[in-house]
Amino acid sequence: MAQATSPPEVAEQAVRTRRYSSDAAGLGRLRAGAFVAPALLLVAAFLVFPALWVLYLGLTNYRLTGAAAAEPQFVGLGNLIDAVVNPEFWSSTWLTVEFVLGSAVIGQVGLGFTIAWLLRDRRGPLKRLVEGLVILAWILPSAIVAFLWVALLDRDAGTLNALLHTPGYAWLLDHPMLSIIVFNTWRGTAFSMMLYGAALGNVPPSHLESARLAGASGWQQLRDVVFPHIRGHILTNLLLISLWTFNDFSPFLLTAGGPDGKSEVLAVHVYKVALQSGELGTGAAVSTIILLINLVVAVFYLRLLRSKK
Amino acid sequence: MVVRKRSTGVVAVLAVAGLALAACGQSSGGESGGTIELTITQNAIAGGKNAAGADFIANWVIPKFEAAQKAKGKDVKVKFVPSGVDDEQYKTKLSLDLKSGKGADVMDIDGIWAGEFADAGYIKPLAEVVGPEADSWDGWAQIPEAVQGAATYKGKKYALPVGTDGRVLYFNKTLFQKAGLPADWQPKSWQEIIDAGTKLKSSGVPVPIQINAGAAMGEATTMQGVLPLLAGAGGEVQQDGKWTGASQAMKDALGLYQKIYGGGLGDPKLQQEAKGRDKSFQQFADGKIGILMEGDYFWRGVVNPKTGVAKMADRDQVVGYAMIPAMEPGKGIRGQDFVSMSGGALRTVNPNSEHPKEAFELATFTLSPEALKEETKDGNVRITPRTDVNKEILAGEPLLSYISDKVLPLTAYRPPVAIYPQVSVALQEATAAVVGGTAPDQAAADYQKKLEGIVGGAGNIAS
Repeated sequence: MAQATSPPEVAEQAVRTRRYSSDAAGLGRLRAGAFVAPALLLVAAFLVFPALWVLYLGLTNYRLTGAAAAEPQFVGLGNLIDAVVNPEFWSSTWLTVEFVLGSAVIGQVGLGFTIAWLLRDRRGPLKRLVEGLVILAWILPSAIVAFLWVALLDRDAGTLNALLHTPGYAWLLDHPMLSIIVFNTWRGTAFSMMLYGAALGNVPPSHLESARLAGASGWQQLRDVVFPHIRGHILTNLLLISLWTFNDFSPFLLTAGGPDGKSEVLAVHVYKVALQSGELGTGAAVSTIILLINLVVAVFYLRLLRSKK
Repeated sequence: MVVRKRSTGVVAVLAVAGLALAACGQSSGGESGGTIELTITQNAIAGGKNAAGADFIANWVIPKFEAAQKAKGKDVKVKFVPSGVDDEQYKTKLSLDLKSGKGADVMDIDGIWAGEFADAGYIKPLAEVVGPEADSWDGWAQIPEAVQGAATYKGKKYALPVGTDGRVLYFNKTLFQKAGLPADWQPKSWQEIIDAGTKLKSSGVPVPIQINAGAAMGEATTMQGVLPLLAGAGGEVQQDGKWTGASQAMKDALGLYQKIYGGGLGDPKLQQEAKGRDKSFQQFADGKIGILMEGDYFWRGVVNPKTGVAKMADRDQVVGYAMIPAMEPGKGIRGQDFVSMSGGALRTVNPNSEHPKEAFELATFTLSPEALKEETKDGNVRITPRTDVNKEILAGEPLLSYISDKVLPLTAYRPPVAIYPQVSVALQEATAAVVGGTAPDQAAADYQKKLEGIVGGAGNIAS
């Protein structure tokens, strides 16, 4: 869903075209409708219907097993209230915020932009090597990556403990959030790096040159020349990776939400409630709340994008 | 160029969609050209979990069964669907399969899931799925009443029992010798376990005692931890229809956890790790754990020198076993000196099966005397459901005859009700709290609060 969000230029263009003509292709309303109907049907079948179904399930005591699996009862807002008064839900929400801020907003954006900025004028093997490694971390299958990280952070035979000469240090148990934040930063930096790499290519060199001639420092060049040019990219990137990270399930592969729920981000929380404990109704209610949080985050970023300055 | 790229993209999308549709179209019991196709699933996988069982199905059951059916003029093809994960994940997978009207024709489930699966309509009484053949199977006559009970829910038989088991304390005789403890150790009270742990610790054993705790180990915490201890303190998780809350027995059981994990006799971190139970197995095999409470699966499937997941070549010499003592002699349930817990797997026919009669034949075939003897040969002995087979195979196997003779007579069972698994999770969380430093009384009180939510109010809890 998030991937379909169009970059800012397209949105602006659309506004401009609408001003000239409301029917640019000259198809007429009916034929245009026929053209988009298949796409709308797919969206309805695979996005709208499941979302409504989740809303409905959230109002029942539906379970994976037991009598309530055969004949679920309507319980109204009971699940939502249960979910909201449950302290585990709030700790999960807070952990998710930590996870998004730490690994996406600070980690991936910071590291991705830094790499892209440092490599912007470079050519040759070093750039290819760095980019290759960063992208490799991004494209490897999650299961394999998780196995590598468990091997790295393991308490008894982990590589990190061998390197640091700290035998028996339980990284995944003593610093579960830090572990998954570093992991996700490493894993997802490639997207931000590539996006900023492309964006930096769009900053006119002449602007930077004039700034330099006027005596602007490196930071001033970034602040006054680069950032205004790539503002749209930054916001689009933040929107995408915030939502992806918010709904990311791969921390489960590292810590399984443990120890004792200390790294149970919302995606893992829903999995545990709905599938491990079999409470599909409560799980659906929590999913509904997640859906709302996602909407709020998306609207927030989109507003920022639309506002001119 | 642009156009070409587009078309490649379209082709890719179509290909993916095609694959997805093809995947959706696969069904469990399809029929192709008069061939009857059956699938059988267990939480077993060649080279991994319960490897011996997986190999037995693939290399013996399937060829023999297909040949036997061919002799009757039926063309039957059987496929084994392996699985090698924690029992909770296996259960989730089965429930999702069954919920969507799919799943293997013959499937193994844990006896304790029968109630909730039956209530959900995922499994049905055998007589309903298969017909009168289900009750006339000649094997029933050989299966003791208590074992049949595990496959019975609300008076109806839902499955065939695959066997039963019992829990004991395992200990490493080499470590015991170093600590000056006897090779024929048999503690008579919890204090004697603690004393042995203290001696092991001062002789340099890194983890003297491992009694499963925490939610990461799932049902293994309840079955090989809380429940035997609770029984040893004279309590049961459910008694006369009322659930046990923060009773004295519960506080005592949690108190032992505190003594072990708060007193440096156990490794609290191991209870929190995502793969803690597998690690505890490996550590026992490596001679790092002194005493470990487990079922006979540990002997058969973990430290088994041939097919175990943590093989011990010298198992028969090094691994000792003892009955689990009551807190003090005579303080256990029914006034017993020693206690244990038993469960057992079931093998059932999927109500969604297109060939229930053949599937039932396959299930009974795996439980025929010939099959059970074949399955349990070469050191893979387990307690089968059939007395005729047990008489023959247990004779040469020290641990399993020990369990069959001494442990099964004093064992106890979990309540066969659909909400038990939720209660079990609450128990696991109570142990996690104690291991994490909460006082046992507080953890017991928190448990009672959670229990009230699960079982529908304080009225269903014994005060």
